[in-house]
Amino acid sequence: MTLDFSTLLPYSGHILEGLVTTLWLTVVTTFVGIALAIVVAYVRDLGSGIMSRLLGGYVEVVRNTPFIVQLFFLFFGLPALGIPISATVAALVAMILNLGAYTAEILRAGIDSTARGQHEASRALGLSRLQSYRHVVLVPAFSRIYPSLISQCIIVMLGSAVVSQISVFDLTYAANFIQSRNFRGFEVYLVVTLIYLLLAVGMRLSFELVGRRLFAFRQGGSA
Amino acid sequence: MFAFTKHRFYRQAVLALCCTVVTGLAAVSAQASDLETIEQRGTLRVAVPQDFPPFGSVGTDLQPQGYDIDMAHYLADQMEVDLELVAVTSANRIPFLQTDKVDLVISSLGKNPERAAVIDFTEAYAPFFLGVFGTPEAAAIKETAGLSGKTIGVTRGSVEDMELSELAPGDTTVQRFEDNATTISAFLSGQVDYIATGNVVAAQIAERNAERAPTMVFRIKNSPCYIGLSQDNAALKDKINALIERAKQDGSLESMSQKWFHTALPDDLSS
Repeated sequence: MTLDFSTLLPYSGHILEGLVTTLWLTVVTTFVGIALAIVVAYVRDLGSGIMSRLLGGYVEVVRNTPFIVQLFFLFFGLPALGIPISATVAALVAMILNLGAYTAEILRAGIDSTARGQHEASRALGLSRLQSYRHVVLVPAFSRIYPSLISQCIIVMLGSAVVSQISVFDLTYAANFIQSRNFRGFEVYLVVTLIYLLLAVGMRLSFELVGRRLFAFRQGGSA
Repeated sequence: MFAFTKHRFYRQAVLALCCTVVTGLAAVSAQASDLETIEQRGTLRVAVPQDFPPFGSVGTDLQPQGYDIDMAHYLADQMEVDLELVAVTSANRIPFLQTDKVDLVISSLGKNPERAAVIDFTEAYAPFFLGVFGTPEAAAIKETAGLSGKTIGVTRGSVEDMELSELAPGDTTVQRFEDNATTISAFLSGQVDYIATGNVVAAQIAERNAERAPTMVFRIKNSPCYIGLSQDNAALKDKINALIERAKQDGSLESMSQKWFHTALPDDLSS
């Protein structure tokens, strides 16, 4: 078998378009998903209450069902219920909900590792409830779970390949499309695999760069 | 004991050889039945599909049913002979005709030069085409320009995907799905209001979802079905052509189309 990458050249625009879609889906998902996770972890950490239970249900449903099923449920299910949703929006919502649920659980582990006494002490020292939560609970929690968080975000980026199934023009969609036209599956998927690999490595490096700034107080720590 | 076995082996081998030769001779000398033979015999033998709904399938009563079977019944009725249906697959339908096992092949047969070299065709009797289908209230599209601005679902890599990508204007959004089932789901759930597919698939969707039955708005590629018969059989061919014309005139084809495809015949087939 001979490799012929020149057959990919006419389709480089497709690969670029797919790459851009995968990138922006990942960036938006990372920011909104982590924000969602903070809210979920905060509410669940307050303990009882109907909201806490509802969010617990959400976390369990997302963590115990396949991503593609969640995606199909949103894409095919919601319009049938009279809620129109485009393929891109369905993909974005599914990815955010997915990252939110997993990160909320990871974050809760980090929060639990901070002794309650520290929280109470900071309150006694005059910090407001929110200040205390932010500086004494959240930031140390993030610094502890940061490696897991990086992995989770990369998993969601790689998992986004599934959104090609509902016709979102992401990197995998571009690869499938090209493969259906020039029948050069090996070349196409080799190139796309490399791109995903670079994306994952790039994400890890940027996360670590940000982490070094955010958690400067833990120099030499595990982050 | 050994000698006997060996003996028997030779006898069987010779017998098998004889059978092969005789069968071969019979095949070579198979004379196609002409119109006169059929009328004398009083039976019309027709090759029909049984694995390709709505053209031909086996019903819940275990009887063959479908557009092709109805066509065979119509021809036999009009010729006032009995009908013998012979189930064939797409691979053996032409050999059945060449070896005079059947008189006609009514089996969603398309015309191409390779087939035309070995068998003869009548006029077209059934619609078979790729098209863009919309919701029941969608308006017909006359030219490719009419596709602009529309979002059309299609199965990636299919013939209709290739053809549609070729002819659709730049501002047509073609949403490609992994397989036919997902494309159909996208249409039925309302994610897309148009899909590009074949009239057979469209008929199957219509069968199950009457309220969102796909309606053809634009034809991409047309390759209607023809009845196949053996070559140099002019009398039979003229007779069948006349009956197809009659079926168009008396509305039989139209009602068969309504029954099996849940839609009117396309213009090139209606009278």
